[in-house]
Amino acid sequence: MTDREETFAKVVQLIEPFNKKDVELTDSTTFAGDLEWDSLIVMDFVASVEDEFDILITMNMQAEIETVGQLVDSVEELRNDG
Amino acid sequence: MTESDANPMDPAEAPPGHTHGRDLFSKFDALIAERDTLLDTGVRDPFGLVMEKVLSPTLAIVKGKETILLGTYNYMGMTFDPDVIEAGKQALDDFGSGTTGSRVLNGTYQGHMEVEEALKDFYGTAHAMVFSTGYQANLGLMSTLAGKEDYIILDADSHASIYDGCKLGDAQIVRFRHNNVEDLDKRLGRLPAEGGRLVVLEGVYSMLGDIAPLKEMVEVSKRHGAMVVVDEAHGMGFFGPNGRGVFEEAGVEDQVDFVVGTFSKSVGTVGGFVVSNHPKFGVLRLVCRPYVFTASLPPSVVATAATSIRKLKYAGNKRQHLWENSRRLHKGLRDLGFDLATPEAQSAIIAILLPDQDTTVRMWQALLEAGVYVNMARPPATPAGMYLLRCSLCADHSAEQVTQILAMFEGAGKATGVLG
Repeated sequence: MTDREETFAKVVQLIEPFNKKDVELTDSTTFAGDLEWDSLIVMDFVASVEDEFDILITMNMQAEIETVGQLVDSVEELRNDG
Repeated sequence: MTESDANPMDPAEAPPGHTHGRDLFSKFDALIAERDTLLDTGVRDPFGLVMEKVLSPTLAIVKGKETILLGTYNYMGMTFDPDVIEAGKQALDDFGSGTTGSRVLNGTYQGHMEVEEALKDFYGTAHAMVFSTGYQANLGLMSTLAGKEDYIILDADSHASIYDGCKLGDAQIVRFRHNNVEDLDKRLGRLPAEGGRLVVLEGVYSMLGDIAPLKEMVEVSKRHGAMVVVDEAHGMGFFGPNGRGVFEEAGVEDQVDFVVGTFSKSVGTVGGFVVSNHPKFGVLRLVCRPYVFTASLPPSVVATAATSIRKLKYAGNKRQHLWENSRRLHKGLRDLGFDLATPEAQSAIIAILLPDQDTTVRMWQALLEAGVYVNMARPPATPAGMYLLRCSLCADHSAEQVTQILAMFEGAGKATGVLG
C-alpha cells in the first residue's frame, strides 16, 4: 500500500464507529451530506483523527474539508509537515 | 394600491415568471416546523415567557400568578439592593439616560471610570476594561488578542461568545475535549513553536453547572508557554474568599493572564469586562473593535454595577447562603430520583437531564403551572445533544422557598411520569 492508501484505510477505520447507516466510503463521500454528521459527531471524530496521527486539524482547516478524500489529503500533508 | 406604495423588495409584487433567488428564510424551515409542531400540542413556549411584574430577585408575576424564579442567573440577588437602586437613580438624575457614544469618543463618563476602579479593587488587578455586554467582552478579546499566526486553544463546550469571537478574528482555532486536561496537554504539545498561544477556559460551564479543573489546566497551559483567559461569568460573586471566581478558589490567580466577566449575573445589571495585569493591556482600548464601535453603557447601569461590585466584595454571608441553597436543592432533587448533570452541587447551577424535548417541555410547563420558573435548554446550546432543565439559585432564595421548590418538582415529576 502507498502512504495515502494506508492513511485512507486508517481514516475509514476511524469513521466506522460514527457510520451508523453503513454508507460506502470513497474519496468523494461527504461528511455533512452522505454521512449526515452534525457538529457534535464532527468534534468527536476530528479529535480521534488528531490523536491517531498525532496532528492538529484546526477549525479553520475543518471548514475547508468536505469529503473523505480531502481529509485524507490534509492528514497526509500535516504528517509530512510535522 | 398606488405605484408608490409597492415595495420592490416584496416577492409578491414581482411580475409572474420572474425568477428570484431562493427565499433566504428557507434554511430555517425545519426549525419553524419543529417549533410549530411543539406549540400545536398546546404547551406554552419555553422561549417566550413574559414576566408581567418582578417583585424581588426571587419572585415575579407570570400570567397573573406569583412565580418563584429559579432560572435567572441572579446569583447574589443584587437587582433590588437598595444601595444599588439608589445609585442608579442618582446617576439618571446627574448624568441622563444614556451616553449616545462610544467609549473612545463621547461615551466615557465619570461612572465608567468608577466601575473600572471598582473592578480593579475587586480583582486586585492593575487594569480593567468595561464592555457593553459580556458577549462583547469575549468577542473583543478573542478577535483582537490572537492574530493570523497565533493559536487559540479552547474547550469544546465553550460559550457561543467565545466561538463567535474566534470567528470574528483570524487566529488558528484548536479545540480540546471538555474539561480534559490530558487532551489539552496533547494539543498544546502538537502546536508549532512559532506563533502565540491563548488558552480559553471557563470557571463554570453554564449548561451543566460543572466547574473546570483550573489548577491542572492552567499549570499545563503555562508549561506550554500559553497565555490563559478564564471566563468567570457564572463564578463571580461566590467562588473563592473574595468572590472573584473559580480561578481564585483554585489558587491560580497569579497564573491567569485575563479574567472575563459580566455584570448581567451576580452583579445584577448588564455589561461585560476584562481584567488583567498585563503592562500593555491599555492598548486594547484602541484596537478592540467590539469596544470601539459600539455605544458605552448608560450612566445608571455603570453606577448600579459599581455599587453592586463594591458590596459583593464583602458579601460573605450571602455567598454562604447561596452555597447552602445550591447543595440543598441538589441533594433534594437527587433524593427524589432526578437524573442530575453533576454528582454533587459544583456551582449555583443545577441541571436536570431529561430524555427528550417532549418530556422536557411538559416538565417545564408543569413546574411553571405549579409556580416555579426554570430554564429549558436544548441542542445546539447543550453539549452531546442533551435536553435539560436548568435551575440557577439565588442567595435571596429562602430556606422555605427551597422547600416549596422541591415539593413542586416532586409533583411535576410524578404528573409527567419523569419520576416513577
